[in-house]
Amino acid sequence: MSTFYFIAFLSIFFSILVITAKNPVHSILYLIVTFFTFTIHYILMNAQFLAIVNFIVYMGAILVLFLYTLMLINLNKESEPRKSNLVKIAGFIGGGCFLMTILAALKAFKVSQPVILRDPNLGLVKNLGKILFNEYLLPFEVSSILLLSAMVGAVLLATKDHKTT
Amino acid sequence: MGIAELLIKIALVVIIFLVSLVIAMYSTYAERKVAAFLQDRVGPDRAGPFGILQPLADGGKMFLKEEIIPTNASPFLFIAGPSLAILTACIGSAVIPWGQRLTIGAYTFNLQVADINVGLLYIFGVISLGVYGIMIGGWASNNKYSLLGAVRAASQNISYEIAMGLSIIALLMTTGTLSMRHIAEQQSGFWHGHWFTWNAFSQPLGFLIFIVCAFAETNRSPFDLPECETELIAGYHTEYSSMKMGFYMFSEYINMFVSSAVMATLYFGGYNFPFMHHLGLSENWVSILGVIALFIKIFAFIFFFIWVRWTIPRFRYDQLMDLGWKVLIPLAIANIVITGLVITFLK
Repeated sequence: MSTFYFIAFLSIFFSILVITAKNPVHSILYLIVTFFTFTIHYILMNAQFLAIVNFIVYMGAILVLFLYTLMLINLNKESEPRKSNLVKIAGFIGGGCFLMTILAALKAFKVSQPVILRDPNLGLVKNLGKILFNEYLLPFEVSSILLLSAMVGAVLLATKDHKTT
Repeated sequence: MGIAELLIKIALVVIIFLVSLVIAMYSTYAERKVAAFLQDRVGPDRAGPFGILQPLADGGKMFLKEEIIPTNASPFLFIAGPSLAILTACIGSAVIPWGQRLTIGAYTFNLQVADINVGLLYIFGVISLGVYGIMIGGWASNNKYSLLGAVRAASQNISYEIAMGLSIIALLMTTGTLSMRHIAEQQSGFWHGHWFTWNAFSQPLGFLIFIVCAFAETNRSPFDLPECETELIAGYHTEYSSMKMGFYMFSEYINMFVSSAVMATLYFGGYNFPFMHHLGLSENWVSILGVIALFIKIFAFIFFFIWVRWTIPRFRYDQLMDLGWKVLIPLAIANIVITGLVITFLK
């Protein structure tokens, strides 16, 4: 349990650094460390497959793309978009409302009744695969179609300008 | 885990680490000698007989050279880049099975540091982390050439990871396991029933895709666009000097060694060799011969890496992207479909 608290502390610490870092590239690097602590959380919960997939997909692919884009667009003080005061106030009120909702939800949540897994080895590749492809086959396939449609949409958006001009 | 097992594991880790470093050192020598042979030159021959001490001389030079950190570079990340590159290069070898069981006295142990049941995915994860060393170093140098090299490395690794993952999926369909040791054990011997046991013979297309992707992931020529000399000076390590430059070079050669070991294990039988069960030797001797067989395969792959580097010219950037996205990925998907059909209808 003390490992969990230590790793949880690290996750929160680095995620705070993500939003306080001045340099966007540094903030992405902190985000990578944050995701790494999530991987450790998954391993502590015996969810090996989820851990390694989080490692490969989030740390190894998505954040590389984040870094790639940041390096290309060259963010600095001059190109930073200026926001008007009205937007800032609206953002503050919106964020405050969100915080209130989260706090209220936490209050209703009963900590004394944690969710207990029926099978502690559920996270191993074999068990996960069997459950995904037997019990949850339909949701699995539907979510893959959802991802495919998102991909097609992204390609369409990217190529739209070329055809018209 | 008792004290003895712990000591054995520590000894194994130290041996693998040292072997990786020595092989990386002598890969530089081999590279220069093979390049010299292919270009009809002599190559390094001053330090020791046949220039055999050349890597040591190079190492000494790297340690003693002046260390330069550019004024506008970000100092922490500038050092973190090469450190991360060498770290990710070294941790990949942890899940590779180097041999069968070895019995010393009362202790029987596997010649493998960690037999985790997602070993293959672990290797894949380590490979995908490898690009961070290059990206961070290239960005922290605060140099246009380095930045371009880093950006190229990122896009190249992302593109070829997809094809590599898809080729591994076809392999997984035939082996049915993610553990490196199980995959190696399934390829025991050389001939079983009516077909070869090695995966290269049941997955020829998958192996071809995998080796092309391995070249791209290790940034070896013809995919060495991140450090393309003619366009980018030296790409991501333009600003690096002394041992930090040495770390980048070393990490490239260690990556080459580890990916050769992975290819030998996944597709060429790992520590298995023909007639291993018909020699009439004790288990220990078969294990030791198996380790030698694995290293012969690894050296053959390293030679292949070097041979290709000095034979094929570098790709243009658009050709690289075309090959990755328009050729390798469709081929890998077709390979998965064919493998699935064969498994369904023939077995």
